[in-house]
Amino acid sequence: MFHKEKSIQLKNSASALYNNLSVLRIAPRRLTYFTVVHANVVNMVSTSWDGLNYSHRQLQSKEPNVATSTSLIMQAAFCALPSRDLLVVSSQKGIQMYESDGSIMVYWHALDTPEAPTAHAVFARGISAVSDNYICVGVSSGAVLVFDVPSKGSNITLSEVLEEHKEAITDIASECSGSQEFLANLVTADDGGNMCVWKSGEEFQLLNKIPGLDMTCSSVKLWKGTVLAGYGTGQIRLYEAVTGILHAEVNAHARWIYSLDIAPFSGLLLSAAEDSFVRVWHLSITPETNSVEIAHLHNECVTDTQICGAKFCDGDGYAFAVTGYDLSEIIRYVQS
Amino acid sequence: MSVRTLPLVFINLGGEMLYILDQRLRALNTSEDQSETGVWSERDRKRVLNDVVGTMFSKSFMDELLKPQQLYSHRTMKTVLTRLAHSSIMRLNPASMDRLYELMIMAFKYQVLLSPRPRDLLLISYNHLDAARAFVRDTPAVLNQVDETHRKIIEVYSRLSDGEFQLLRQTLLTFLQDVHTRVSVFLKNQIQNPSGRFVLMTSGPVPAGVDVPGLIRTFDPRGREVGRSEFPPGGTYSGSVGEGSFELSGDRVLRLGQNLYQAETNPLAKEELNLLARLMGCMKAGSVPAADEEAASALARIAGQFTDEEAELENPSGSKGDDLLAMMDDL
Repeated sequence: MFHKEKSIQLKNSASALYNNLSVLRIAPRRLTYFTVVHANVVNMVSTSWDGLNYSHRQLQSKEPNVATSTSLIMQAAFCALPSRDLLVVSSQKGIQMYESDGSIMVYWHALDTPEAPTAHAVFARGISAVSDNYICVGVSSGAVLVFDVPSKGSNITLSEVLEEHKEAITDIASECSGSQEFLANLVTADDGGNMCVWKSGEEFQLLNKIPGLDMTCSSVKLWKGTVLAGYGTGQIRLYEAVTGILHAEVNAHARWIYSLDIAPFSGLLLSAAEDSFVRVWHLSITPETNSVEIAHLHNECVTDTQICGAKFCDGDGYAFAVTGYDLSEIIRYVQS
Repeated sequence: MSVRTLPLVFINLGGEMLYILDQRLRALNTSEDQSETGVWSERDRKRVLNDVVGTMFSKSFMDELLKPQQLYSHRTMKTVLTRLAHSSIMRLNPASMDRLYELMIMAFKYQVLLSPRPRDLLLISYNHLDAARAFVRDTPAVLNQVDETHRKIIEVYSRLSDGEFQLLRQTLLTFLQDVHTRVSVFLKNQIQNPSGRFVLMTSGPVPAGVDVPGLIRTFDPRGREVGRSEFPPGGTYSGSVGEGSFELSGDRVLRLGQNLYQAETNPLAKEELNLLARLMGCMKAGSVPAADEEAASALARIAGQFTDEEAELENPSGSKGDDLLAMMDDL
């Protein structure tokens, strides 16, 4: 079903972090950007669709105005809004937002770090754009920061802080079907597997809470009103977002899941875990009849590698890319 | 990232150090006559192990490590571990310490990477603690220190959630990233490839609490199962073999963290450790000239500088590692 294509070499290896690969397709320029985090550096590669041109850029997590300070990055993700695309980088010290090519930093938000080290780590993790003008980023305290992003310029402001989670945020996702018919358009997940379902707006509205079973939810997606969640136990669960009804449960992987992705036009689902496997599934969701089906399509095994990132490169799921801990390449697969 | 890594790092790296030192000192034991300089007797070996374990598990050292803090750099880690080794009558020159550090790091990387669940890092640490106990079972005072440390570890870490353990593991993996030193005993046992990367099996028992992959279940709105199907998982998995004991004693079930160097008969591995032994063999305190005392204090000064630089870089207000090193001086 899929075959391996030529890998993209990285300047350094990928770190073991959840959702450690982000992809942005820029159709007008026939380019695709990839970002992979290595410790305190974001590796960016820009590839032309004809496969002939590659260019690399590295962004280091540094607070502005502090000469030597660096901090470990937890996640780097592209946020595609109708008016603009931004690259958001979340670290131990705060949140940085760049123009999508990484050329200019347009915004910096510092996390409240206590004077003396506390018993709990402080960091930002979990990044998603939602509706027309918001970017949400999670924090280790369980808070979700909502930033209001104007259509251009650097006048980004912190609009709201959502405080429903008690454990560190792991991942955040927005409704990606493209349809406006779904009430819920945001889901946030935490270390305990608890999930909150929201409706965005000037004031975000909490629609539902789906309790976790003390199993970390490391990666989450929202498609056609259905929450797709990947867990540390290797399970994938499908929930109806607004009601919390469990539609399906898959014993998908033998180890901790690190990444889930959806191709919204075709309903293909990608799951990747520490067990070296990437799996492709097909989802059929008919909201009218409340029917949800998931079928397994394909496996890829990346030998001797704990996978930390897997993303489709396009909305149909024609191609996908994979990163692994200690691996200095982005492995690509294309439909046969 | 995680502020709880240091105690586990030292227990595991220190534990690996004990295995390697024990193995090499046994090999060096060619004479019963303890008066012959440069030869290591059974009594010397036990003394070295008791001294190292005693320092590693001293209350002040452990209390310092247990404070929430960021992980040290490799440079600081190596310095502190060198001081640990030198708390005994043994002396290691930089070349032998470098090699010892590489072996320790690769063993630890293997254990962290292959840990079935993040929480199993504790079982790996407990395997090291069990071994340390065995080394000092004839010295009640030191044995007591190990037990005390074990109790504190249980107290601190049993509160962490699985998600926090994974963060801890991810922090360790970042620290251990890009190190691919080839180790003979790993190559021989086929747990490491010639490329330096570790072998990850896609077969065997799944971790405790994980189901064997291959099942899809669907439910109706009332939660009743309405469909079941299977898919090929690609690997050959079997059910979990159960969870090891997280108590002070008991069957840990997991073998990661146990001594890999015991009964080492492979010539290649022996040669590698022989080199280390030759370097170590000529360095026994007492048979070493006074110039080395100067070298030791120079080391202390330099180590202090490392941690100062580090403190400026990472923590303007702190003296991370300084207190630790100073305390080791007092031991």
